[in-house]
Amino acid sequence: MKNFLSILLLLALPLANIASAGELVSIAGPNGPKLDIGKGGHCVRDPKFMRSNHFKLILHQRVATVRKGVRGSKYELTNCIDCHASKVNHSVLGSDQNFCQGCHTYAAVKIDCFECHSSKPREFMKAADHLVTEEAK
Amino acid sequence: MSDVNEDRRQFLTRGPALAAGVAIAPGMLLIDLAHGAEPRPAGEPASSEVRWGMLIDTNKCESGCDDCVTACRKENDWPEPKSATDVQWIRKVELKQESTGRQVNLPVMCQHCEHPPCVDVCPTAASFKRADGIVLVDKHRCIGCRYCMMACPYKARSFVHEPVIDHESEMPRGQGTVESCTFCVNRVDRGEQPACVEACAKEGHRALLFGNLNDPNSEIHQRIRSVTSVHLRADLGLNPGISFVGV
Repeated sequence: MKNFLSILLLLALPLANIASAGELVSIAGPNGPKLDIGKGGHCVRDPKFMRSNHFKLILHQRVATVRKGVRGSKYELTNCIDCHASKVNHSVLGSDQNFCQGCHTYAAVKIDCFECHSSKPREFMKAADHLVTEEAK
Repeated sequence: MSDVNEDRRQFLTRGPALAAGVAIAPGMLLIDLAHGAEPRPAGEPASSEVRWGMLIDTNKCESGCDDCVTACRKENDWPEPKSATDVQWIRKVELKQESTGRQVNLPVMCQHCEHPPCVDVCPTAASFKRADGIVLVDKHRCIGCRYCMMACPYKARSFVHEPVIDHESEMPRGQGTVESCTFCVNRVDRGEQPACVEACAKEGHRALLFGNLNDPNSEIHQRIRSVTSVHLRADLGLNPGISFVGV
Protein backbone atom coordinates (compact mmCIF):
# COMPACT_ATOMS: atom_id res chain seq x y z
CA MET A 1 0.00 0.00 0.00
CA LYS A 2 2.86 2.34 0.89
CA ASN A 3 4.51 1.57 -2.44
CA PHE A 4 1.30 2.23 -4.27
CA LEU A 5 0.93 5.62 -2.59
CA SER A 6 4.49 6.67 -3.42
CA ILE A 7 3.98 5.68 -7.07
CA LEU A 8 0.79 7.73 -7.11
CA LEU A 9 2.71 10.69 -5.66
CA LEU A 10 5.46 10.33 -8.24
CA LEU A 11 2.88 10.32 -11.00
CA ALA A 12 1.19 13.39 -9.59
CA LEU A 13 4.40 15.43 -9.24
CA PRO A 14 4.85 16.43 -12.89
CA LEU A 15 1.21 17.49 -12.96
CA ALA A 16 1.98 20.10 -10.31
CA ASN A 17 3.90 22.10 -12.93
CA ILE A 18 0.91 22.46 -15.22
CA ALA A 19 -1.16 25.27 -13.80
CA SER A 20 -4.82 25.77 -14.42
CA ALA A 21 -6.53 29.14 -14.00
CA GLY A 22 -5.42 30.81 -10.80
CA GLU A 23 -3.56 27.78 -9.48
CA LEU A 24 -0.33 28.63 -7.67
CA VAL A 25 3.00 26.99 -8.40
CA SER A 26 5.91 26.99 -5.98
CA ILE A 27 9.04 28.56 -7.44
CA ALA A 28 12.51 27.94 -6.03
CA GLY A 29 11.65 25.50 -3.25
CA PRO A 30 9.17 25.50 -0.39
CA ASN A 31 10.25 28.94 0.90
CA GLY A 32 10.16 30.57 -2.50
CA PRO A 33 7.24 32.56 -3.86
CA LYS A 34 4.07 30.82 -4.96
CA LEU A 35 3.11 32.16 -8.35
CA ASP A 36 0.23 32.10 -10.77
CA ILE A 37 2.28 31.31 -13.88
CA GLY A 38 -0.62 31.76 -16.30
CA LYS A 39 -0.48 29.37 -19.23
CA GLY A 40 3.14 28.67 -18.33
CA GLY A 41 5.02 26.10 -20.36
CA HIS A 42 8.54 26.18 -21.66
CA CYS A 43 8.97 28.33 -24.75
CA VAL A 44 12.39 29.96 -24.42
CA ARG A 45 14.78 28.14 -22.07
CA ASP A 46 14.45 26.03 -18.95
CA PRO A 47 13.03 27.79 -15.87
CA LYS A 48 16.34 27.75 -14.00
CA PHE A 49 18.12 29.59 -16.80
CA MET A 50 15.24 32.02 -17.23
CA ARG A 51 15.10 32.83 -13.54
CA SER A 52 18.66 34.15 -13.55
CA ASN A 53 18.96 35.40 -17.13
CA HIS A 54 15.58 36.60 -18.45
CA PHE A 55 16.55 40.26 -18.16
CA LYS A 56 19.62 39.77 -20.35
CA LEU A 57 17.48 38.29 -23.12
CA ILE A 58 14.90 41.06 -22.86
CA LEU A 59 17.55 43.79 -22.74
CA HIS A 60 19.21 42.51 -25.90
CA GLN A 61 15.88 42.18 -27.66
CA ARG A 62 14.68 45.65 -26.74
CA VAL A 63 17.63 47.24 -28.53
CA ALA A 64 17.08 45.09 -31.62
CA THR A 65 13.35 45.80 -31.71
CA VAL A 66 13.27 49.50 -30.91
CA ARG A 67 16.33 50.70 -32.79
CA LYS A 68 16.61 48.22 -35.66
CA GLY A 69 12.97 47.21 -36.02
CA VAL A 70 13.55 43.46 -35.60
CA ARG A 71 10.20 41.83 -34.90
CA GLY A 72 8.93 38.34 -34.25
CA SER A 73 11.64 37.16 -31.86
CA LYS A 74 10.67 34.73 -29.13
CA TYR A 75 12.49 36.97 -26.64
CA GLU A 76 9.96 39.80 -26.97
CA LEU A 77 8.50 41.06 -23.70
CA THR A 78 4.99 40.77 -25.16
CA ASN A 79 5.55 37.04 -25.60
CA CYS A 80 6.46 36.68 -21.90
CA ILE A 81 3.26 38.49 -20.95
CA ASP A 82 1.05 36.59 -23.40
CA CYS A 83 1.81 33.29 -21.65
CA HIS A 84 2.53 34.34 -18.10
CA ALA A 85 -0.31 36.77 -17.41
CA SER A 86 -2.66 35.43 -14.77
CA LYS A 87 -5.93 34.14 -16.12
CA VAL A 88 -7.63 35.69 -13.12
CA ASN A 89 -6.70 39.37 -13.54
CA HIS A 90 -5.15 39.13 -17.06
CA SER A 91 -1.87 40.65 -15.91
CA VAL A 92 1.65 39.80 -14.78
CA LEU A 93 1.23 42.39 -12.03
CA GLY A 94 -1.35 43.10 -9.37
CA SER A 95 -0.41 40.95 -6.40
CA ASP A 96 2.48 38.96 -4.98
CA GLN A 97 1.06 35.92 -6.74
CA ASN A 98 1.32 37.43 -10.21
CA PHE A 99 4.21 36.14 -12.28
CA CYS A 100 6.50 39.19 -12.56
CA GLN A 101 5.51 41.06 -9.44
CA GLY A 102 5.55 37.99 -7.19
CA CYS A 103 9.11 36.99 -7.94
CA HIS A 104 10.42 40.56 -8.04
CA THR A 105 8.92 41.27 -4.63
CA TYR A 106 10.52 38.08 -3.30
CA ALA A 107 13.91 39.07 -4.75
CA ALA A 108 13.43 42.76 -3.82
CA VAL A 109 14.24 43.91 -7.37
CA LYS A 110 12.35 46.80 -8.92
CA ILE A 111 10.71 46.20 -12.31
CA ASP A 112 10.91 49.14 -14.71
CA CYS A 113 9.24 47.49 -17.70
CA PHE A 114 5.65 48.20 -16.79
CA GLU A 115 6.05 51.92 -16.20
CA CYS A 116 5.65 52.09 -19.97
CA HIS A 117 4.78 48.61 -21.27
CA SER A 118 1.37 47.10 -20.83
CA SER A 119 1.24 44.24 -18.34
CA LYS A 120 -1.65 42.59 -20.15
CA PRO A 121 -1.63 40.07 -23.01
CA ARG A 122 -2.19 41.25 -26.59
CA GLU A 123 -5.25 39.08 -27.04
CA PHE A 124 -6.87 40.66 -24.00
CA MET A 125 -6.12 44.16 -25.23
CA LYS A 126 -7.48 43.40 -28.69
CA ALA A 127 -10.71 42.12 -27.22
CA ALA A 128 -10.65 45.22 -24.96
CA ASP A 129 -14.34 45.81 -24.35
CA HIS A 130 -13.42 48.15 -21.51
CA LEU A 131 -11.84 50.58 -24.01
CA VAL A 132 -15.08 50.85 -25.93
CA THR A 133 -17.10 51.48 -22.81
CA GLU A 134 -14.65 54.16 -21.75
CA GLU A 135 -15.07 55.90 -25.09
CA ALA A 136 -18.85 55.74 -24.86
CA LYS A 137 -18.75 57.74 -21.61
CA MET B 1 35.87 15.95 -24.93
CA SER B 2 32.56 14.30 -24.30
CA ASP B 3 30.69 17.64 -24.55
CA VAL B 4 29.28 18.25 -27.98
CA ASN B 5 28.83 21.86 -29.00
CA GLU B 6 25.30 21.67 -30.40
CA ASP B 7 25.32 25.16 -31.86
CA ARG B 8 28.45 24.45 -33.85
CA ARG B 9 27.12 21.13 -35.05
CA GLN B 10 23.85 22.70 -36.20
CA PHE B 11 25.67 25.50 -37.92
CA LEU B 12 27.80 22.99 -39.83
CA THR B 13 24.83 20.91 -40.94
CA ARG B 14 22.78 23.95 -41.95
CA GLY B 15 25.73 25.70 -43.59
CA PRO B 16 25.00 24.82 -47.21
CA ALA B 17 21.31 25.73 -46.83
CA LEU B 18 22.26 29.09 -45.32
CA ALA B 19 24.65 29.85 -48.17
CA ALA B 20 21.95 29.07 -50.75
CA GLY B 21 19.47 31.27 -48.87
CA VAL B 22 21.78 34.27 -48.90
CA ALA B 23 22.31 33.94 -52.63
CA ILE B 24 18.58 34.25 -53.33
CA ALA B 25 17.65 36.62 -50.54
CA PRO B 26 18.90 40.01 -51.86
CA GLY B 27 16.82 39.83 -55.06
CA MET B 28 13.70 38.64 -53.24
CA LEU B 29 14.14 41.21 -50.52
CA LEU B 30 14.13 44.06 -52.99
CA ILE B 31 10.85 42.96 -54.54
CA ASP B 32 9.11 42.24 -51.24
CA LEU B 33 10.10 45.44 -49.51
CA ALA B 34 9.46 47.56 -52.57
CA HIS B 35 5.73 46.97 -52.32
CA GLY B 36 5.78 47.59 -48.61
CA ALA B 37 2.43 45.95 -48.00
CA GLU B 38 4.02 42.71 -46.84
CA PRO B 39 4.86 42.22 -43.17
CA ARG B 40 8.60 42.18 -42.67
CA PRO B 41 9.80 38.64 -41.96
CA ALA B 42 10.54 37.80 -38.34
CA GLY B 43 14.08 38.59 -37.29
CA GLU B 44 14.74 41.01 -40.13
CA PRO B 45 15.67 44.62 -39.34
CA ALA B 46 14.08 47.65 -41.04
CA SER B 47 15.67 48.27 -44.41
CA SER B 48 17.09 51.50 -45.79
CA GLU B 49 15.71 50.44 -49.20
CA VAL B 50 12.41 51.72 -47.83
CA ARG B 51 11.50 55.29 -46.95
CA TRP B 52 8.09 55.49 -45.34
CA GLY B 53 6.18 58.66 -46.10
CA MET B 54 2.74 60.17 -46.30
CA LEU B 55 0.92 62.42 -48.74
CA ILE B 56 -1.85 64.49 -47.19
CA ASP B 57 -4.41 65.91 -49.59
CA THR B 58 -5.88 68.92 -47.79
CA ASN B 59 -8.63 69.24 -50.44
CA LYS B 60 -10.05 65.96 -49.16
CA CYS B 61 -9.53 66.74 -45.47
CA GLU B 62 -12.95 67.61 -44.07
CA SER B 63 -13.37 70.65 -41.80
CA GLY B 64 -14.34 69.60 -38.28
CA CYS B 65 -13.47 65.92 -38.84
CA ASP B 66 -10.90 64.58 -36.41
CA ASP B 67 -11.16 60.87 -37.09
CA CYS B 68 -7.40 60.61 -37.62
CA VAL B 69 -6.76 62.15 -34.20
CA THR B 70 -9.31 59.93 -32.47
CA ALA B 71 -7.93 56.82 -34.18
CA CYS B 72 -4.39 57.72 -33.10
CA ARG B 73 -5.52 58.29 -29.54
CA LYS B 74 -7.24 54.96 -29.44
CA GLU B 75 -4.43 53.04 -31.11
CA ASN B 76 -1.66 54.48 -28.97
CA ASP B 77 -3.77 55.09 -25.87
CA TRP B 78 -3.01 58.75 -25.12
CA PRO B 79 -5.56 60.87 -23.24
CA GLU B 80 -7.59 63.67 -24.74
CA PRO B 81 -5.53 66.87 -24.45
CA LYS B 82 -7.04 69.42 -22.10
CA SER B 83 -4.20 71.94 -21.86
CA ALA B 84 -1.36 73.10 -24.10
CA THR B 85 1.16 70.95 -22.24
CA ASP B 86 -0.80 67.73 -22.61
CA VAL B 87 0.33 64.91 -24.85
CA GLN B 88 -0.62 65.29 -28.49
CA TRP B 89 0.72 63.01 -31.22
CA ILE B 90 -1.40 64.46 -34.01
CA ARG B 91 -3.57 67.58 -34.22
CA LYS B 92 -5.93 69.16 -36.70
CA VAL B 93 -4.93 72.63 -37.89
CA GLU B 94 -7.15 75.08 -39.73
CA LEU B 95 -5.43 77.74 -41.82
CA LYS B 96 -7.14 80.78 -43.25
CA GLN B 97 -5.78 83.08 -45.89
CA GLU B 98 -6.65 86.60 -44.71
CA SER B 99 -6.94 88.21 -48.13
CA THR B 100 -9.15 85.63 -49.81
CA GLY B 101 -10.77 83.86 -46.87
CA ARG B 102 -9.67 80.47 -48.26
CA GLN B 103 -9.56 77.84 -45.54
CA VAL B 104 -7.35 74.78 -45.42
CA ASN B 105 -7.66 71.82 -43.03
CA LEU B 106 -4.77 69.56 -42.31
CA PRO B 107 -3.49 67.18 -39.67
CA VAL B 108 -0.01 67.91 -38.33
CA MET B 109 2.16 65.31 -36.67
CA CYS B 110 5.84 64.28 -36.69
CA GLN B 111 7.00 64.92 -40.26
CA HIS B 112 9.61 62.12 -40.13
CA CYS B 113 12.38 64.31 -41.56
CA GLU B 114 15.35 62.96 -43.46
CA HIS B 115 17.52 65.35 -41.41
CA PRO B 116 15.62 65.48 -38.11
CA PRO B 117 16.71 68.31 -35.79
CA CYS B 118 15.36 66.35 -32.81
CA VAL B 119 17.93 63.65 -33.47
CA ASP B 120 20.73 66.21 -33.85
CA VAL B 121 20.13 67.75 -30.44
CA CYS B 122 19.37 64.64 -28.37
CA PRO B 123 22.10 64.29 -25.73
CA THR B 124 21.49 60.60 -25.08
CA ALA B 125 20.82 59.34 -28.63
CA ALA B 126 17.29 58.47 -27.56
CA SER B 127 15.89 60.33 -30.57
CA PHE B 128 16.85 58.38 -33.63
CA LYS B 129 15.89 57.76 -37.22
CA ARG B 130 15.26 54.15 -38.12
CA ALA B 131 16.74 52.75 -41.34
CA ASP B 132 13.36 53.06 -43.08
CA GLY B 133 13.07 56.79 -42.27
CA ILE B 134 10.76 56.63 -39.25
CA VAL B 135 11.85 59.03 -36.51
CA LEU B 136 11.36 57.56 -33.04
CA VAL B 137 12.15 58.07 -29.37
CA ASP B 138 13.89 55.18 -27.63
CA LYS B 139 12.20 55.64 -24.28
CA HIS B 140 14.69 53.34 -22.63
CA ARG B 141 17.28 56.08 -23.17
CA CYS B 142 15.14 59.22 -23.00
CA ILE B 143 15.92 61.32 -19.90
CA GLY B 144 13.09 63.77 -20.53
CA CYS B 145 15.27 66.84 -21.15
CA ARG B 146 12.94 68.05 -23.93
CA TYR B 147 15.66 69.51 -26.17
CA CYS B 148 14.02 67.68 -29.07
CA MET B 149 10.73 69.44 -28.39
CA MET B 150 12.48 72.79 -28.65
CA ALA B 151 14.33 71.77 -31.79
CA CYS B 152 11.28 70.49 -33.69
CA PRO B 153 9.89 73.23 -35.97
CA TYR B 154 6.55 71.38 -36.23
CA LYS B 155 5.81 71.20 -32.48
CA ALA B 156 5.29 67.52 -33.08
CA ARG B 157 6.62 66.19 -29.79
CA SER B 158 5.09 66.11 -26.33
CA PHE B 159 6.35 65.37 -22.87
CA VAL B 160 4.49 62.95 -20.63
CA HIS B 161 3.99 64.87 -17.38
CA GLU B 162 1.50 62.54 -15.75
CA PRO B 163 2.02 58.89 -14.80
CA VAL B 164 0.57 56.52 -17.38
CA ILE B 165 -1.91 54.29 -15.60
CA ASP B 166 -3.50 51.15 -17.02
CA HIS B 167 -1.86 51.64 -20.38
CA GLU B 168 -3.46 49.28 -22.84
CA SER B 169 -1.72 49.56 -26.16
CA GLU B 170 1.10 47.89 -28.02
CA MET B 171 2.86 51.25 -28.04
CA PRO B 172 4.66 51.73 -24.71
CA ARG B 173 4.20 55.15 -23.07
CA GLY B 174 5.61 56.39 -19.79
CA GLN B 175 5.96 59.40 -17.53
CA GLY B 176 9.10 61.50 -17.91
CA THR B 177 9.74 60.73 -21.56
CA VAL B 178 9.09 62.56 -24.81
CA GLU B 179 6.89 61.00 -27.45
CA SER B 180 5.46 61.71 -30.88
CA CYS B 181 3.90 60.06 -33.91
CA THR B 182 5.65 56.81 -34.76
CA PHE B 183 3.82 56.22 -38.06
CA CYS B 184 2.31 53.35 -35.99
CA VAL B 185 5.61 51.56 -36.41
CA ASN B 186 4.27 48.33 -34.91
CA ARG B 187 1.47 48.20 -37.48
CA VAL B 188 3.74 49.16 -40.37
CA ASP B 189 6.13 46.35 -39.44
CA ARG B 190 3.18 43.96 -39.64
CA GLY B 191 2.35 45.24 -43.13
CA GLU B 192 -0.60 47.36 -42.01
CA GLN B 193 -1.32 51.07 -42.49
CA PRO B 194 -1.03 53.63 -39.67
CA ALA B 195 -4.23 54.00 -37.62
CA CYS B 196 -4.92 57.57 -38.87
CA VAL B 197 -4.70 56.51 -42.52
CA GLU B 198 -7.03 53.59 -41.91
CA ALA B 199 -9.55 55.81 -40.08
CA CYS B 200 -9.50 58.45 -42.83
CA ALA B 201 -10.10 55.83 -45.51
CA LYS B 202 -12.86 54.23 -43.45
CA GLU B 203 -14.69 57.54 -43.38
CA GLY B 204 -14.31 57.70 -47.18
CA HIS B 205 -12.21 60.86 -47.18
CA ARG B 206 -8.95 59.23 -48.22
CA ALA B 207 -7.00 62.40 -47.48
CA LEU B 208 -4.04 60.44 -46.12
CA LEU B 209 -1.92 58.22 -48.34
CA PHE B 210 0.84 56.19 -46.74
CA GLY B 211 3.53 54.20 -48.47
CA ASN B 212 7.10 53.68 -49.54
CA LEU B 213 8.49 56.80 -51.20
CA ASN B 214 11.40 54.82 -52.65
CA ASP B 215 9.25 52.36 -54.56
CA PRO B 216 8.45 53.67 -58.07
CA ASN B 217 5.40 51.39 -58.24
CA SER B 218 3.82 52.55 -54.98
CA GLU B 219 0.68 54.68 -55.11
CA ILE B 220 2.29 57.41 -53.04
CA HIS B 221 5.32 57.63 -55.31
CA GLN B 222 3.15 57.90 -58.39
CA ARG B 223 0.87 60.54 -56.87
CA ILE B 224 3.80 62.64 -55.69
CA ARG B 225 5.11 62.53 -59.27
CA SER B 226 1.81 63.65 -60.77
CA VAL B 227 0.47 66.33 -58.40
CA THR B 228 2.01 69.45 -56.87
CA SER B 229 2.87 68.85 -53.25
CA VAL B 230 4.83 70.79 -50.67
CA HIS B 231 6.67 70.14 -47.44
CA LEU B 232 5.85 72.25 -44.41
CA ARG B 233 8.69 74.71 -43.83
CA ALA B 234 10.55 73.42 -46.87
CA ASP B 235 12.93 76.36 -46.36
CA LEU B 236 14.54 74.50 -43.45
CA GLY B 237 15.78 71.79 -45.79
CA LEU B 238 14.81 68.92 -43.49
CA ASN B 239 13.18 66.90 -46.29
CA PRO B 240 10.19 65.59 -44.30
CA GLY B 241 8.58 62.27 -45.17
CA ILE B 242 5.16 63.95 -45.13
CA SER B 243 4.06 66.09 -48.08
CA PHE B 244 0.89 68.16 -48.48
CA VAL B 245 -1.34 68.88 -51.44
CA GLY B 246 -3.29 72.15 -51.53
CA VAL B 247 -1.51 74.06 -48.76
